[in-house]
Amino acid sequence: MLKTFKIGGVHPPENKLSKDKKIEVLPLPKTVFIPVAQHIGAPATPVVKRGDEVKVGQVIAQSSSFVSTNIHSSVSGKVKKVDFAADSSGYPKQGIFIDVEGDEWVEQIDRSNDLVKEISIDGPEIIKKIQEAGIVGLGGATFPTHVKLVPPKGMKAEVLLINGVECEPYLTSDHRLMLEKTEEILVGIQLLMKAMNVDKAVIGIENNKPDAIKLLIQKCKSYNGIRVQALKVQYPQGGEKQLINAVTGKEVPSGGLPIAVGAVVSNVGTAFAVYEAIQKNKPLIERVVTITGKGVEKPSNFMVRIGTATSELVEAAGGVPENTGKIISGGPMMGRAIRTLDVPVTKGTSGILLMKNEEANRGECISCIRCSRCTAVCPMGLEPYLLMTLGEKQIFDRAENERIMDCIECGSCSYTCPSNRPLLDYIRFGKGKVGAIMRSRKK
Amino acid sequence: MSNLLTVSPSPHVHSSDSTQKIMYRVVYAMIPAMAWGIFMFGFDAIRVGLIAIISCLAFEYLIQKYLMKVKPTVTDGSALITGILLAFNVPSNIPWWIIVIGAMAAMGIGKLSFGGLGANIFNPALVGRVFLLISFPVQMTSWPVNRLAEVDTVTSATPLGLIKEGISNGIPVSQIQGLPQISDMFLGIGGGSLGEISALLLILGGLYMIWKKVITWQIPVSILLTVLVVSGAFWMVNPEIYVNPVIHLFTGGLMLGAIFMATDMVTSPMSPKGQIIYGIGIGLITISIRMFGAYPEGISFAILIMNAATPLLNMYIKPKRFGGK
Amino acid sequence: MSITVVYTIVTLAVIGAVAAVILYFVAQKFKVHEDPRIDEVDEALPGANCGGCGFAGCRAFAEACVKASNLSDLNCPVGGNDTMNSVASLLGLEAVKKDPRVAYIRCNGTCDNRPKTSSFDGATTCAIASSVYSGESDCQFGCLGYGDCVDACDFDAIDLRSELGVPQIIDDKCVACGACVDACPKSLIELRKKMPKNRKVVVSCRNQDKGGVARKACSVACIGCGKCMKECPFDAITVENNLAFIDSDKCKLCRKCVAVCPTNAIIEENFPPRKVKPEVKTEIEPAK
Repeated sequence: MLKTFKIGGVHPPENKLSKDKKIEVLPLPKTVFIPVAQHIGAPATPVVKRGDEVKVGQVIAQSSSFVSTNIHSSVSGKVKKVDFAADSSGYPKQGIFIDVEGDEWVEQIDRSNDLVKEISIDGPEIIKKIQEAGIVGLGGATFPTHVKLVPPKGMKAEVLLINGVECEPYLTSDHRLMLEKTEEILVGIQLLMKAMNVDKAVIGIENNKPDAIKLLIQKCKSYNGIRVQALKVQYPQGGEKQLINAVTGKEVPSGGLPIAVGAVVSNVGTAFAVYEAIQKNKPLIERVVTITGKGVEKPSNFMVRIGTATSELVEAAGGVPENTGKIISGGPMMGRAIRTLDVPVTKGTSGILLMKNEEANRGECISCIRCSRCTAVCPMGLEPYLLMTLGEKQIFDRAENERIMDCIECGSCSYTCPSNRPLLDYIRFGKGKVGAIMRSRKK
Repeated sequence: MSNLLTVSPSPHVHSSDSTQKIMYRVVYAMIPAMAWGIFMFGFDAIRVGLIAIISCLAFEYLIQKYLMKVKPTVTDGSALITGILLAFNVPSNIPWWIIVIGAMAAMGIGKLSFGGLGANIFNPALVGRVFLLISFPVQMTSWPVNRLAEVDTVTSATPLGLIKEGISNGIPVSQIQGLPQISDMFLGIGGGSLGEISALLLILGGLYMIWKKVITWQIPVSILLTVLVVSGAFWMVNPEIYVNPVIHLFTGGLMLGAIFMATDMVTSPMSPKGQIIYGIGIGLITISIRMFGAYPEGISFAILIMNAATPLLNMYIKPKRFGGK
Repeated sequence: MSITVVYTIVTLAVIGAVAAVILYFVAQKFKVHEDPRIDEVDEALPGANCGGCGFAGCRAFAEACVKASNLSDLNCPVGGNDTMNSVASLLGLEAVKKDPRVAYIRCNGTCDNRPKTSSFDGATTCAIASSVYSGESDCQFGCLGYGDCVDACDFDAIDLRSELGVPQIIDDKCVACGACVDACPKSLIELRKKMPKNRKVVVSCRNQDKGGVARKACSVACIGCGKCMKECPFDAITVENNLAFIDSDKCKLCRKCVAVCPTNAIIEENFPPRKVKPEVKTEIEPAK
């Protein structure tokens, strides 16, 4: 029996169209737009102005508080302007426009592909470097990694969990990274272990990636304390709480952090970024992005500079198919629909999914038949039908008692609902309101 | 791009299931029992079935269109299920106008007066059945003989009726005349309402629904186990006045009720724990009515009573939350 | 037979009498002493419980009025000056005269004026749509048209006009309770001074983008050119963040600004048709 999490879950069609496509390096764009808020927490403060010359890897926006992180230039060239433009949130955000000229890197960065295994610095220094390199959780949540590595007072991390689950349908960027940068990821994991001062790490991988499981099991033999755990394919296993539950059997208490059960979760992409930051001095300026969809000519995985417009990626994959009805930044379960291809690739962009017209719209919403499937699939053991009603009727005090804030917004309920009800829409709305009420109460 | 891009909140994919598909799966699950009813009771069964289905669909359409002034939802399959279940619950020789009245009660009172699909508290087909049982007790309890029976009479009594009458007259169970073999009851060679006679085919339908994830095992299993255990206990204490629990299990509307009526999604609890409590409640009430009540059969009343308790169960019996408490 | 009837009547009468005695003592025991003026003030209020006064309902407002030493901070927007005068006379206080107000939705981005560039598919409420993105058109400030304001209105005073894409306030029904103002996630709705015959001159736009961007998104967007501000003889117009605003307390309805607005972002409503002056472009919204 393969391990998985205990409550709920769904299994949408996997559609991993690009899983056999090697990571290609996307040609340099002509211009980039790098938003200053690519992470959870305070936006970074721009430190360049119009006309400044920048190099690849240079800090262009400075971290503004502890829960924040630096933004580096991903290209070399001239700053065109610091202005507002829409990002994947659908609202204009501040960012830095750079016209690309050449490809000149900051000198300290080691651009070779040689594997550097020896770890020459100690834990606190690693955390400091991670902070400087602007590394955030690359699974999509974009929480600054250095914050996670410093446990709150009185808590101690015991195990590092590495998320190689990639439970979102279509996406293959983590899968490819595990196959092609295996040793780098393992060194990255060792760096994270050293930073956190733990001696155990478990890489969780879903069983639909047997090649990655096999390769990692074979390679991790030479790394102390790292083990691979194959997991049953089940969405949302990539959720932090679900992964911890699947691997260790422990449940993160309601409202608590993973550290409460001694675990810290990081993505394989993050581990790779940590490796590059520490061993190669390379800040987070590029990431792997899957570009896929049933109508896409060449579903691919690209190594993309942060700030590149989505349109460049789509062009490289064969252009926008005629009958495209929806474009999603991220996976189909939790990604955001975007309205133009001008949206830039940011640190959290794991994929671009083009959906056909016939897949784009939701079915007709009819009455709830109280089939209780939403309750059965909710990985947090909540009652989505009830939370939706409470959100719709704006009964927020009861929604709070029914633990609306535990919702991880995985979308399993809306996915399953046979009546096509917009469960998550209203739950998210309720969460926003309840969250605001709770914050105002604290004050 | 020839058209505007769609923007919507996540998730952007949806399972291939729909309410309509679920409804039609329930209909498929009822086909074996229906076919057996038609085989046993002949043309009358077809007549009852068609009248019930057509009048349920017609009442849903007419009431929604002209009284509620909303878009009729006859195609979603729920009225079809109500129609079939109503037909399953009446004797096959019942006059046509009684079925129409039953359909009106089922759709009008049982379903649409609450606001339609999903909003009703009580199982519509059972509302129709109980309405008829109270209004037309004679027609609702005189069953025709089936084609395999070796008697000359026109009507027959159900095993439960025979037992009730016998026990109330002080005759020990072992000496009650005319009880069919248990194996016959299981296969469905006996008297009763149109769709309730064959326990075997109803169980088959139930297994199909569990396999297709239309229903969960909790409700039918908890009902049947409760009936088995409670009646078994009484039987062991005094087999002269209490019948064999297996007879309880395979006679009357218990199978039909436990598998097709109590599991109605709209009127049953949401959490597995709540469903088990609901099932145990139905089992207890059923067996109490059968043993101590005035009616020989009690499953309809039991389900309706527990339907009424469902909102309460939903309120207090919560699923297991992730992260304790 | 007759004795049964007598028994029944006697029994019921005794039960009734005992219950009455119990109820009397319970009522005495749990009596809540309340200022009788609260009831009187409550009577004088409209009783709509809309919350426009800032209190939970009419009774809460009545309690506040009775407690207050002066009425300057308290106002029932629904009842207006008449109601506040009668409340004041009940309490022996001085009423403060307040101008009646009416809500106005400052967006004229109808489907014709503001072309759609994407389509939204989700729960059709403004709150949810605005949490996903800025809206179906390129204007990120404009009305979403799903009618959260209509749902919030207790007085049936907002017409959704779903075919046009922007709702409209029905002036005669609006009581200026402010529920729609809070409901609108785009903060489009303003409570403006109610003018004679419901006349109004108002910048029907909230777009704070630069002129070119705004104009591209919507043909009747305010581009912040400031012509109206220069034209206004009463200093009623201010321009901030590329957006003009007419202060309804200062506006005298002269309509000079309407004539100079290059994008027809300033709207005049409920005026008689102008005398024909062919060189001036006017746009008069038909009265309802």
